[in-house]
Amino acid sequence: MSLDKATVRKIGFLARLEIPEDDLEGLAHELNGILGWVEQLSQVNTEGVAPLASVSEMKLFWREDTVTDGGMPEKVLANAPDAMDGYFLVPKVVE
Amino acid sequence: MTDLTSLTLAGVRDGLAKRDFTAVEMTEAYLSAMDAHKGLNAFIVTCPDVALDRAKASDARRAKGEARGPMDGAPVAIKDLFCTEGVQTTAASKILEGFKPCYESTVSGKLKDAGAVMLGKTNLDEFAMGSANITSAYGNVISPWTAENDATPLVPGGSSGGSAAAVAVRLCVAATGTDTGGSIRQPAAFTGIVGLKPTYGRCSRWGIVAFASSLDQAGPMTRTVEDAAIMLQAMAGFDAKDSTSAKVALPDFAKALSGDIRGLKVGIPKEYRPDGLNSEIAALWDQGITWLKDAGATVVDISLPHTDKALATYYIIAPAEASSNLARHDGVRYGLRVEDGGNLDEMYMKTRAKGFGKEVKRRILIGTYVLSAGYYDAYYLKAQKVRALIAGDFREAFKTVDVILTPTAPSDPFPVEGGAKVDPITMYLNDGFTVPASLAGVPALSLPGGLSQKGLPLGLQLIGRPFDEETILRVAQVMEAAAGFDAVPTLLRGGK
Repeated sequence: MSLDKATVRKIGFLARLEIPEDDLEGLAHELNGILGWVEQLSQVNTEGVAPLASVSEMKLFWREDTVTDGGMPEKVLANAPDAMDGYFLVPKVVE
Repeated sequence: MTDLTSLTLAGVRDGLAKRDFTAVEMTEAYLSAMDAHKGLNAFIVTCPDVALDRAKASDARRAKGEARGPMDGAPVAIKDLFCTEGVQTTAASKILEGFKPCYESTVSGKLKDAGAVMLGKTNLDEFAMGSANITSAYGNVISPWTAENDATPLVPGGSSGGSAAAVAVRLCVAATGTDTGGSIRQPAAFTGIVGLKPTYGRCSRWGIVAFASSLDQAGPMTRTVEDAAIMLQAMAGFDAKDSTSAKVALPDFAKALSGDIRGLKVGIPKEYRPDGLNSEIAALWDQGITWLKDAGATVVDISLPHTDKALATYYIIAPAEASSNLARHDGVRYGLRVEDGGNLDEMYMKTRAKGFGKEVKRRILIGTYVLSAGYYDAYYLKAQKVRALIAGDFREAFKTVDVILTPTAPSDPFPVEGGAKVDPITMYLNDGFTVPASLAGVPALSLPGGLSQKGLPLGLQLIGRPFDEETILRVAQVMEAAAGFDAVPTLLRGGK
């Protein structure tokens, strides 16, 4: 599997990272290097092995389904680059 | 009076209890040391006002007979990955510049409640992604160590490089670190201090800027093993706010330091001695084995057969989780926003392009790719399966041994200048001895074992069973006594 410029551009969009046209080639080269290196995992026989998503061998705990926090809109918005009337502001989404 | 900054955490505890000095005096001594060594760039922000307020409050508590325990009044540094209420938290990224959390991370909050004095926020690799502390948006951290007769600036290791440098050169008595693939242990080894990555789930991750959630774990960085036990006690414990936090009993870690390891079985994994292993590292490892035998432990050769696949596994899983975690940095709720009249997607893309550094972008792209449709099974699922095998290696080994001894890092510290030029994979290879324990979620500690021929610190790593930090601390203290490591950084010897 080898990444070309178009694929890097596509991944860039999926990751919401603007990548200047001039950087695509170099990045493709770098990413291919890393992907080629991790390719070694294909040598490992994993037949019948269940994927490990978490090392904690315990069940996630449950708690009462109740509100435990909240009521602090000013704190929530305190670091917002742009906010108004208790809302985060973003560029217009609906035309 | 003795130099206050030369005391260990245990020494600070005892001195404060005996009224030999006050928390304010101790804090002032550290604040001036921090001022004197600004050139190391170990801190991103310092908070002398917060520190002095907390020190005064600590002294007031003590005067009333209400001191809270061994951390009360101890000046510590917090890695700038822990959210600290009202004090800028950046993860060493431009994307979080100016971010002042309205809440305190559980671990830094526990330290605060225990009376610890926060001196400032230490520098790190951006989003903890790095092994040399050369990816911070706030500049490189310089190690307080230099090689003999060679003033070339060296890296302190990473990602907790600022914490490591600060502890080593006595800009704080102890510091918090976080470890995803070796970020506590490798910088501890490079700077001649003790660094402990606890069992996954031992310390709450709540309020720590997330990198790879199935691997991230906070831990103490200190100058002695006893100090690591004391500080871990204050940091650890169940937290309902972290769903992966472990509901297990918290032992008294300092009590585990009995000095007696007779009959203990220590595993020596052959896979950590690959062809071409640096001869100084191999010699130190052999020395460590001798120390353990002399102390009455039994040394057993073991095999962890999937060790050589750990790095590739890690460099799929960690970037995958990072690409997901870092999606939150979108210019909407906090941090940087770059807008030039475009639509929402353009705002996201420009913000993230400007806010993230090169290594972070590289990992986000890799992570996005391995999680994308058509590649998920080949990369991510495959890596999770190999991870299961790696965890199984440790489970199997711990049926016959109580603890495992390995080197911490494959080399001694390298120059800052060269570090910036190496390709990503060569840099990733630095984590070869630390990543397996991270993937298995087991606790591991690095302690200074000796100096290289160049006069630079080398570390040894002890790996334990899940939730058995007590055994690795006990063994580590025995090795610490045997090593008698008393070398201090070049900078403390008046060197350059």
